[in-house]
Order: sequence, then C-alpha cells, then structure tokens
Amino acid sequence: MSTTKPRPRIDTVSKGFWDAARAGTLTVQRCDDCGHNHYPGSPVCPNCLSSNQSWAPVSGRGTLLSWVRFHRAYWDGFRDDLPYAVILVGLEEGPLMISNLMGAEPESLKIGDPLEVCFDAVDETTTLPKFRPAGNTR
Amino acid sequence: MNAFHRLKDRIAVVGVGNTAYGNFPHTDDYGLGAEAFRRAIEDCGLDKNKVDGLGVCRVPYYARMGEILGLAPRWTVQFPPHGRMSAMAIIEAAAALDAGLCDYAALIYANIGRSRRVNYGGEESPGVWDSFGFTSPGAAHALMFQRHRALYGTTTRQLAEVSVAFRHHARLNPDAVMKQPITIDDHEAARPITEPLRLLDYCLINDGAVCLILTTKERAKDLKQKPVMISGFGAREAYRQSSIANFDLNFWYDEVRDVASQVYGMAGVGPGDVDALMCYDNFSPTVLFSLEGLGFCGQGESGGFVEGGTLRVGGKLPTNTDGGHLSNSYMQGWALNVEAVRQIRGQCGARQVPDAEVVQFVAATPCSRSIIYTPG
Repeated sequence: MSTTKPRPRIDTVSKGFWDAARAGTLTVQRCDDCGHNHYPGSPVCPNCLSSNQSWAPVSGRGTLLSWVRFHRAYWDGFRDDLPYAVILVGLEEGPLMISNLMGAEPESLKIGDPLEVCFDAVDETTTLPKFRPAGNTR
Repeated sequence: MNAFHRLKDRIAVVGVGNTAYGNFPHTDDYGLGAEAFRRAIEDCGLDKNKVDGLGVCRVPYYARMGEILGLAPRWTVQFPPHGRMSAMAIIEAAAALDAGLCDYAALIYANIGRSRRVNYGGEESPGVWDSFGFTSPGAAHALMFQRHRALYGTTTRQLAEVSVAFRHHARLNPDAVMKQPITIDDHEAARPITEPLRLLDYCLINDGAVCLILTTKERAKDLKQKPVMISGFGAREAYRQSSIANFDLNFWYDEVRDVASQVYGMAGVGPGDVDALMCYDNFSPTVLFSLEGLGFCGQGESGGFVEGGTLRVGGKLPTNTDGGHLSNSYMQGWALNVEAVRQIRGQCGARQVPDAEVVQFVAATPCSRSIIYTPG
C-alpha cells in the first residue's frame, strides 16, 4: 500500500506554474491579449479564446473564503495527517485556489481574513503554494 | 417568454419502475436496469417493442442494454454517470418526443456503487487539488456550507432538520434503505467526515435502478396510468469554477434563480403553489441552497426556513417524501422524479401529500435543473 501523497500532474499547460512555485513565486495564467487572469491553466483564454498566455507573478495576497477539515483519508498518503484542514483562498487578482493553512488553525481566523502565500517544498520536483495569516512572518 | 415553453403539458411520464435498493453483488447494472425497465413497462401497460427511444445513465453500454431488452430504437442517448443527469435526461427526452425523434422514450438509470465499493473520492477521481488533500465531492459542499454559516449564521442544527425530515420520510417508505429514526442531536453527534459535515449529511451509496417511460400527451391517453404531465422545466449551467468539482462560491444562487424563473414561468405557478418538492440531496446543504434559489425563502434564510419540521409531510413544504438520497436510495435524482410522479398519482401511502397537484423536482448543481409535474 502506497503512502505517497498525490503529486500535481504536470503537463504542457501547468508546467510554468509548478516551475515558478519551485522558484518561490506564485503565478496565475494571464492572457497576453486581454489580460484575463485564471487558474488552473487552460489551453486557451476563457475570456477571448487567445492561445497567447503566460504564467504571470501575482501578489501572493488573498482572503480566506472557506475551509473544511477532513476526518477521512481518500488517499492513503493523507491517513497520518488526519484530521487535517483544507482552505479556499480568493487571490487578490481574482482566481480561487484550494490550499492548506500554515502556522495557524482555521478556527482562529474569520472568513474574509487576509492571507499570504508561502511555499512548501515537498521534494526536489514539487513545491506546493500554501498560505498563512497575512503579517505572520513565521 | 422562452420558446421552449410551448412544451408545457405536451409530454407525459406514463410509466415508472424501480428495483429494491441495497447491496446486490449477485447482479449488475444491466440486471438492475432490466428489472426497473420491466416494472416500468408493467406500470404503463405498453408493448415493450413500441419503445423506440432509449436513454441510459450509469449503465456501461447503451447497446448491450438495448440487446438485453430486445429494443431497436431510433433515438439513443448515453448520459455520463454524473448525479446531475436525471432532469437533464428527462428534458432531452421530452424535446426528442416533441420533435418526433421517438414516440416512447425509456430512461434507465442503474447504480452498483455499494456492491462494488465505490467511494467517490481519492484515487477513483484524482483532480487538480488532490495534492492539498482536497479529494472528495462532499468536501465541496462542506466548503459551501462553512461559507453559508459564516455569511448568514446558518447552524448545523438547522442543517440537521434536512436529514431528520428525510429520515422520517424513509421510515414511511417501504422501499427505503434507512429505517432507524434520527434526531437533531443524533446529527450533531454523528462521526465527522469533512467538517462541518457529518455522516448524516452524506448521501447513501447503494445499488438499484430506476426507469421512467415518457410519451406525448396524445399517446399517453391509451396507456394504463393516468398521465403525469411535464408542465415546466428550467436549466442553467455554472461551469466557471468547475475545476473545484461540485462547487460554487455563491451556492448556485443566480443559476437556480434563473431556473426558477424559467420553470415557474412555463408552468404558470409559483413557489406558493408547490405541494411537494423533490430536491437533489447528494449532501444536505444542497437542499438549503435549492430552497433559496427557488425563492421559498430569501438568500441566507434557509436555515430558519427549515426549522420546526417544514420539510416533513404535513409541514409547510413536504420535501423528498421518499427519503431522498440521504435516507431512501442513492439514485442520483432519478428516484426523486419517480417519487414526484407517484405523488401526483396519489400512490405514496403513508407518505402521500394530500391532493398533490404541483410537484417540483430541483437539482442545484453545476448543471441546475428543475421540472414541474402536474396531473394530466
């Protein structure tokens, strides 16, 4: 039985996002023609259908939109973490991201509280963008 | 007025059938689908060879289903095995019947999730967020309910009203899987699955099958049962956040509002005329979101609306009188449409809503749908 956590699937569209995350930069996909921001990446811009898109650095600031706590592991790799929290973040630039909260338990925050990105280097190929309460430097 | 409103009272549900619900490892989706079809055929008294339209959902292969049933249709559609498909399929069949693409459409849904140990999460359906441990459809509803709580002060005790009312109905339904009575305190004490949701907020997973047979108003007159008319329907998708499956930041409110305006406009009724509601309930919060979108209460007011047994037979808005997905059977909306038909026919025994004449189905999902059924 594998106890490995699922890794993000890296394909031609998403590669830029994961390369930037490994370098410590949060990005979203931005259309070079109309400026629309979106995440996850897509082969064409959902606003104007352009294929000219880039992974653009964002502020890393967002707000806590919601959170849940898993008491059941749907992957064996998460069994040792139970119960664990997952958060929904609304980035300042618009897109939503599912992630985890670092340095605090979600009960200590209110919906709408400010968050900022931090990075969790899982191994040499994968770094996951996570979030912590804004202004909390540790 | 929408052009499709001309379909008002044009198409009837004439036959319904379902299998027993439970754990049936000795058979499979085809066996269950065939039994539901046979029962629906017996229900309406139609010669099965007259069925010239076939829609299947969660049945692996339409052609094998057709071979088993000895059908040679001229209209076939396979719907993906998603919970939101029931009303989508019924509306497609109604349009096909009206267009003359077929004369009698059989819609068959079968599920063998219990005996095959399907758990609807993790390695069965890996997604973009699995690396963060966000791995199951129920979690999306937990995210939405947590937000509803924060924005509107909705409580888990109010949410419990949904599960408690549906369990009460299941105890009045001989076919239903769950028979143990539950209370609000039982809901509060149940095992957490994905907080803030607990076990009693989750649908069942069980085997079973459902079949509906539809035809035009004219053809319906020659069949055994009093026809149940499709008097209204409405539809709106929300695909913009589909990478978070089964999730909408605003609880599909705008989409269900739109659906409500279409379905009530077509049927010529309003929420106050609805005698019973059949509400897609994969997870209990969906019911709250549906009530708000349809206008039974304002946005954010569903918690207070359901308090005190509102959703029970005998309450202000009897809802999921068969017990729903939470306590009757995980037939993904299909059994709820059958229950709507049986309520209109007056066949529901101890759970019958007296004089039910306007029965509404609704599914608040990324493909929101509603259908209003009335007597023919």
